Amino acid sequence: MEVELKELLNDLQSLKKSISDPSDLALIDKMHLHVENIATLEKSGTTCRSKVKDMSAEVVDSNPYSRLMALQRMGIVDNYERIREFSVAIVGIGGVGSVAAEMLTRCGIGRLLLYDYDKVELANMNRLFFRPEQVGMTKTDAAVQTLSEINPDVVLESYTLNITTVEGFDTFMSSLTNKSFRTTKSGSGVDLVLSCVDNYEARMVVNQACNELNQTWMESGVSEDAVSGHIQLLIPGETACFACVPPLVVASGIDERTLKREGVCAASLPTTMGVVAGLLVQNTLKYLLKFGQVSRYLGYNALKDYFPTMEMKPNSQCSNTACLERQKEYILAKPTRDAAAKAKAADSEALSVAENPVHADNEWNISVVDDDEVDGADVRNSGVLPEGIVHELPVADEYPKQPITEAVGPADDLEELRRQLEALNAD
Amino acid sequence: MEGWDPNTKSTLTQIPLLTIKSGPRDGALWTQRLKEEYKALIAYTSMNKSKDNDWFRISAANPEGTRWKGKCWYVHNLLKYEFDLQFDIPVTYPATAPELELPELDGKTEKMYRGGKICLTVHFKPLWAKNCPRFGIAHVLCLGLAPWLAAEIPVLVDSGTIKHKDDVATSSES
Ligand SMILES: [Zn+2]
Repeated sequence: MEVELKELLNDLQSLKKSISDPSDLALIDKMHLHVENIATLEKSGTTCRSKVKDMSAEVVDSNPYSRLMALQRMGIVDNYERIREFSVAIVGIGGVGSVAAEMLTRCGIGRLLLYDYDKVELANMNRLFFRPEQVGMTKTDAAVQTLSEINPDVVLESYTLNITTVEGFDTFMSSLTNKSFRTTKSGSGVDLVLSCVDNYEARMVVNQACNELNQTWMESGVSEDAVSGHIQLLIPGETACFACVPPLVVASGIDERTLKREGVCAASLPTTMGVVAGLLVQNTLKYLLKFGQVSRYLGYNALKDYFPTMEMKPNSQCSNTACLERQKEYILAKPTRDAAAKAKAADSEALSVAENPVHADNEWNISVVDDDEVDGADVRNSGVLPEGIVHELPVADEYPKQPITEAVGPADDLEELRRQLEALNAD
Repeated sequence: MEGWDPNTKSTLTQIPLLTIKSGPRDGALWTQRLKEEYKALIAYTSMNKSKDNDWFRISAANPEGTRWKGKCWYVHNLLKYEFDLQFDIPVTYPATAPELELPELDGKTEKMYRGGKICLTVHFKPLWAKNCPRFGIAHVLCLGLAPWLAAEIPVLVDSGTIKHKDDVATSSES
């Protein structure tokens, strides 16, 4: 390109020498200028932007944050720049996780921790984010490559591991508690964990880690038939954990028995995944920057464009011991919570009295509803799910708990049992 | 048990059930569970041998018993097709089942997730969840791997995706 442009400039020079008409000469000078502009643009196109120290609200073409900072000017968000203080961990960099990572990167999030053990494949190209030339790279490395080009201000950490294995889980836990970036309110190293995995096993592992660390997280999922999805906020001790109730899915309206599964594991659509990633990051931004209402559970049925919502209280019989500990702590902290809520209510009341005098009569006849009354359906207490949401798995059957007997003798020696199996294997 | 063939059902009922709900991060309780796993595997392997239906070998690949390796095979048209088998015990076990891997078949069939993890039927996970913690490694082999091999290996052989090792040897010699 550069060589071609130089050739063009030389040709223009020789053309200029052979022409005498002044109006033609002016035109050639103009063409010369255009070619030089193209050459400069071409050079600058290959360089990435450098890091910016502070987010500016100045509306100029060169400011990557001007449209985001406008949220603050419009009064939607109190302090947008706080986004640079937050760390978000994304588990699963697939069709939902990669898009969520890109959205948070473009929003100028402070730090992203990315977890996946998979590689980019051509079969992933029906989804967003990854490019064909990244095939063969680990998803985490490919994501870091793209994201750092889009926004070099974001601190990116990539973890290529399987969190469900014992070793992977240890690394996962220690990376979440690493406080080198900033210590968060909850005492862990991240503000929020986003689960963007595609299977129940990995979700249960994220649930285990977050319950143990008292870490707030959000769950996301897209059904295997690609036409429904959901997001869910999980606050250990306060909301139901992922093990409290059997996993919920948004019914697509298709009978499972008529769904043809021969020859395929799962279908996927960039649209459904993009919608779910959008809902997930929207909820994330609202949670982190404290604006609007943070959804506890939001479903998406693509066939009917139906978005069910609900809330789930923790199950006091939850099989997860860390969940039960968090539930106990939450109940113990109730007086502190109540006092804080009261103080906050008093503050805002004083403020509103000062700002607008209260009318004695309510001319619009608006009835004020207590927060508790507008809560979504409480699944655990009623046992009834909102329309269009179903349990994906059954509850474990009740079985008589047998006392663990410390039997002695060869039949209960681990080494002996191992030898017995090996003897059978050798046969 | 809707959706299972009578043979699988009758075999399943003969595998001893487990009682201890503990996973690899539970220390001494995991050792107790591991003993139950061995007892169930010993009973299942012996039963297969007595019925002349021996079809797998599995051993713990580390002292903690969290990683397992072995082989499984399937006979189709009188020819035996054998594959490496491996899996990890997940940290949330037994609430979640181990994901069985046949690395040699990775990328060869649609009925597989990345890394050679077999894609189980819609019937498996609900049954596992319902029976937690009574099902163990032996049960996942019986309910997960055996039906998978029976359904997929004939298809893979007939489509020419996998070849018998003798065929491979002859064709490379000729
Ligand atoms: Zn729970």
